[in-house]
Amino acid sequence: MTTLPQSTEKKLGLVIDLDTCVGCHACVVSCKGWNTENYGAPLADTNAYGADPVGTFLNRVHSYEVTPEEGTAKLIHFPKSCLHCEDAPCVTVCPTGASYKRAEDGIVLVNETDCIGCGLCAWACPYGAREMDGVEKVMKKCTLCVDRIYNENLPEEDREPACVRTCPAGARHFGDFADPESNVSKLSAERGGMDLMPEQGTKPVNKYLPPRPKDQLDEVDILAPFLAPLDDAPGRDLGGFLGWLDKTLEKI
Amino acid sequence: MHPAPSIIAFTTLSGLGFGLLFWLGLGLPDSTGWVAFAFWAIAYAFAVGGLISSTLHLGHPERAIKAFRQWRSSWLSREGVAAVVTLVVMGIYGLGRVFFDASWQPLGVMGSILALITVFTTAMIYTQLKSVPRWNIMLTPLLFISFSLGGGALMAGQEMWAVVLLSVAGLVQLAWWSKGDTRFSEAGSTLGTATGLGTLGGVRPFEPPHTGNNYLLKEMAYVVGRAHSQKLRIIAVSLGFVFPMVLLFLPFSHFWALLAVLSHIAGILASRWLFFAEAEHVVGLYYGRRA
Repeated sequence: MTTLPQSTEKKLGLVIDLDTCVGCHACVVSCKGWNTENYGAPLADTNAYGADPVGTFLNRVHSYEVTPEEGTAKLIHFPKSCLHCEDAPCVTVCPTGASYKRAEDGIVLVNETDCIGCGLCAWACPYGAREMDGVEKVMKKCTLCVDRIYNENLPEEDREPACVRTCPAGARHFGDFADPESNVSKLSAERGGMDLMPEQGTKPVNKYLPPRPKDQLDEVDILAPFLAPLDDAPGRDLGGFLGWLDKTLEKI
Repeated sequence: MHPAPSIIAFTTLSGLGFGLLFWLGLGLPDSTGWVAFAFWAIAYAFAVGGLISSTLHLGHPERAIKAFRQWRSSWLSREGVAAVVTLVVMGIYGLGRVFFDASWQPLGVMGSILALITVFTTAMIYTQLKSVPRWNIMLTPLLFISFSLGGGALMAGQEMWAVVLLSVAGLVQLAWWSKGDTRFSEAGSTLGTATGLGTLGGVRPFEPPHTGNNYLLKEMAYVVGRAHSQKLRIIAVSLGFVFPMVLLFLPFSHFWALLAVLSHIAGILASRWLFFAEAEHVVGLYYGRRA
């Protein structure tokens, strides 16, 4: 059934901290790895070593420059994957029922044996979270690593999405947003977790934490007045070894 | 959006086919026997040909039968169901016309209504997408239905109706463009809302996530055709509506009628190409495809 559940018992999702993300793309690689080696159709690369390589990814990291009215510009790394929306438009458009949102935990999944590859769900998603696999011709999307998080064959610390497990900066957090006491609910509440494109009315489960204000530039400037004249002061004498080196280099 | 030839052919041809079925169901023209057979053959060639064309863009056309299952929620599924029901009802009605010299009119009227419903469901596949603001207006179903009725009247040889309805369709087309051109900015999605960073200042793309192409860019950030959009709009309106109407005012001959239909089809193809090529998906924002 591609009608959405009225409500879900759990709301599993991610908190992505835009303040902490360093843009290393480790989450992209671990996601691609796990989802190629495990559940479902592998994420294909076509023409991988040719002139026009194209690949299927469930998670991608953009980088944006934000220029505030005052102060310096900031560089923000921005990982983007499925937000497991409560009002997921990708689910209701599916003609076959291949796309569905689970009533138990809210994860949005694709049953690949029912997918006819029409691509309408990818059109319906405002976030670009779904990509048609270039080889298998079925729709691929983030599963929130459904084959890890409940997998009792894995050590307990590995039972979280591959992107969260691998993030070296601790910028990704996994948990249940239906529980107000969960790590993700608290983080989101403390740091003002944001919805992406709220005007689209999709009610995303995943939240993004805005970057915190940075230090002021003028505090860094303390040494500048002392450094500037040193370089071109006539007859400068640094003394000691550095002085000798300075004079010797000058003579050469 | 990527203007896939199979989808352009599908919406154009099946739109015309179901438009013709609408008029045939009303008994216009009031033909039987071989003449009726010819009309039905043309209508089914367009309607079914369009539907078959639409399966060409599927990744797994062999599973297409599964698409009839989710009519409760999916407009695409509803479209499939409506199309099949219409074709069955109009097929039975056509048998009466062709073989029994009979006009089972209640069945015909039902078929006409179903044909319109089918075109409406086709339009709703696009209209429902909030992610493509240009399509997400109630003028879109009106656009599809007016094209279908006007083109159907032209093919059914209903000259008076064709002139009236093609004029209406042309005006709807102009209104749809005029409304559509401002829809993206009205819908309010910007790179600022897409990233949530807009409250901090001006946002601009610094580095894309990948240096090559990908499915999202190929499918949803198509920009090649927009350069000639004004010229194509003039071609679409001239060939689709103005020229066929001029031909309708000439003394009737099958040659002029055929030319009028061909011109109309060419115009609608141009319009449908623009329908896709000019439509911007909000995901393009993440890639800086719209400031």
